Amino acid sequence: MHAEMLVLRFSEDVVDQPIIYRLVKDYDLEFNLLKATIYPRQEGIMVMELRGHPKNFRRGLKYLREAGVKVQRVARDVRRNEERCYQCGTCTAVCPTGALYVKRPEMEVPFDPSKCSACELCCPVCPARAMEVRLNRSAL
Amino acid sequence: MANCQVNKTYQEINDKIRRGQAVVVTAEEIIDIVRRKGEVAAARTVDVVTTGTFSPMCSSGAFINFGHAKPPIKASRAWLNHVPAYAGLAAVDVYIGVTEPCEEDPLNKVYPGQFKYGGGHVIQDLVAGKAVHLVAEAYGTDCYPNKRLEREITLSQMTNAILCNPRNCYQNYNVAVNLSNRTIYTYMGPLRPRAGNANYCTAGELSPLFNDPYYRTIGIGTRIFLGGGVGYVVFPGTQHNPKKPRAENGIPLGPAGTLMVLGDMKRMDPRYLVGASLLGYGCSLAVGMGIPIPLLNEEMAHFCGVSDAEIMAPIVDYGSDYPAGTGQVLGQVSYAQLKSGALSLDGKEVPTVPLSSMVRAREIAQHLKQWIESGRFLLGEPVEPLPLDNEAPFLSTTSSDS
Repeated sequence: MHAEMLVLRFSEDVVDQPIIYRLVKDYDLEFNLLKATIYPRQEGIMVMELRGHPKNFRRGLKYLREAGVKVQRVARDVRRNEERCYQCGTCTAVCPTGALYVKRPEMEVPFDPSKCSACELCCPVCPARAMEVRLNRSAL
Repeated sequence: MANCQVNKTYQEINDKIRRGQAVVVTAEEIIDIVRRKGEVAAARTVDVVTTGTFSPMCSSGAFINFGHAKPPIKASRAWLNHVPAYAGLAAVDVYIGVTEPCEEDPLNKVYPGQFKYGGGHVIQDLVAGKAVHLVAEAYGTDCYPNKRLEREITLSQMTNAILCNPRNCYQNYNVAVNLSNRTIYTYMGPLRPRAGNANYCTAGELSPLFNDPYYRTIGIGTRIFLGGGVGYVVFPGTQHNPKKPRAENGIPLGPAGTLMVLGDMKRMDPRYLVGASLLGYGCSLAVGMGIPIPLLNEEMAHFCGVSDAEIMAPIVDYGSDYPAGTGQVLGQVSYAQLKSGALSLDGKEVPTVPLSSMVRAREIAQHLKQWIESGRFLLGEPVEPLPLDNEAPFLSTTSSDS
């Protein structure tokens, strides 16, 4: 299962076409609509979470782009609540990119956001629940 | 010790502390001093060594007397923020255990369970000064007619709140690996299949009972740093097992001694009592503890001089051996090796993962050092030593300890 938050922009030419219907029917994707608006110039915008098999997800995205929809991914940031983190190192068992690592010999546990892929594996594993996911709202 | 060249008493050291003249170093700092100067000179110059540890310690909880309401109640069931507390004590005394999950928690029905809030989180919230929702139910008596009490209550409004942890501060612990083919979720953290990682959970050379392996100075009555406040060792902890095989330096080769500790929760700090959620396992509390070790003689300097390279831990398979209780140990590994980032198991390099915070353990040892240097914290002379010779019978065949 792959899920992502997307912002879709429909131009005047495609706003009247059943694009989401095709996305569900032909690509077996689930969607959860958060926002849908048509602006005065007949341009539409939709914010949705799209979810499905990774292969279908990729094909669905390709279909959207070919249909003339502008697709923008909403960045999900993983941040660390420094107040809550007590630097044990449990997260380093699951972090696939080395964004969370043990600095030796001090045994400190730094978090390097530039290496983070926002996979969120660390979030439920952290005993203090210090790793938080935030949507990058600036894209909405 | 009759044959020692240095002989100091608790009274002498406490007098120096009162005068602000005591020489205090941490269990990390003493290693180099002993190496450079030797044990006798180290014992002569240094009075106290401070230790520290900070990690989830599941056998913890608090006695709470929430005070009488009008009309009074004899609570038979009680909840704090929806976490059940044991109310089978008098009228308004309850015990909240840290592994108790919130009543509506889906537990492991959605595997692996998240265990977001439990008794440990209640304790942290209380210590942080937050109000918690108290519900008490009773069957009603002539003297205690009230049948239900519900209100918000803070730590300062409670008559008493006493942290009382039946088993903390394990002297050594297993290194957990998983030889099965699926990821498992344990109290030792997530373990990836085919020995994908090896998790360990002690502070090594900073950990209290590694610096006093035969409990010469740590006993009933020892005054300690507990959860940011002052506490005491009140008894050997449950499952205290001093007969565990030991290395030549006296350090047990597996989980051995434990401590029961107690302290006034009202003086504690949420930085050192942190509610923990162990994925797929349950709720817990990360407890910060520091124990001062007086260098009464060169023998204590010798013990405190121990370093990570000389402390060994057993590697145990939590995929099948541990849940089956076979007691099988796959091998021994030193804390120096564990802290290096990888160990070798059957020719395979396995990344090591700490669950115990060295950063905060060091912070606690420093904190305790400052307390003693400033004369605010005196040593407690034990009224009884911890037992050295009894074996917990249920530990003789397996090593189920958590």
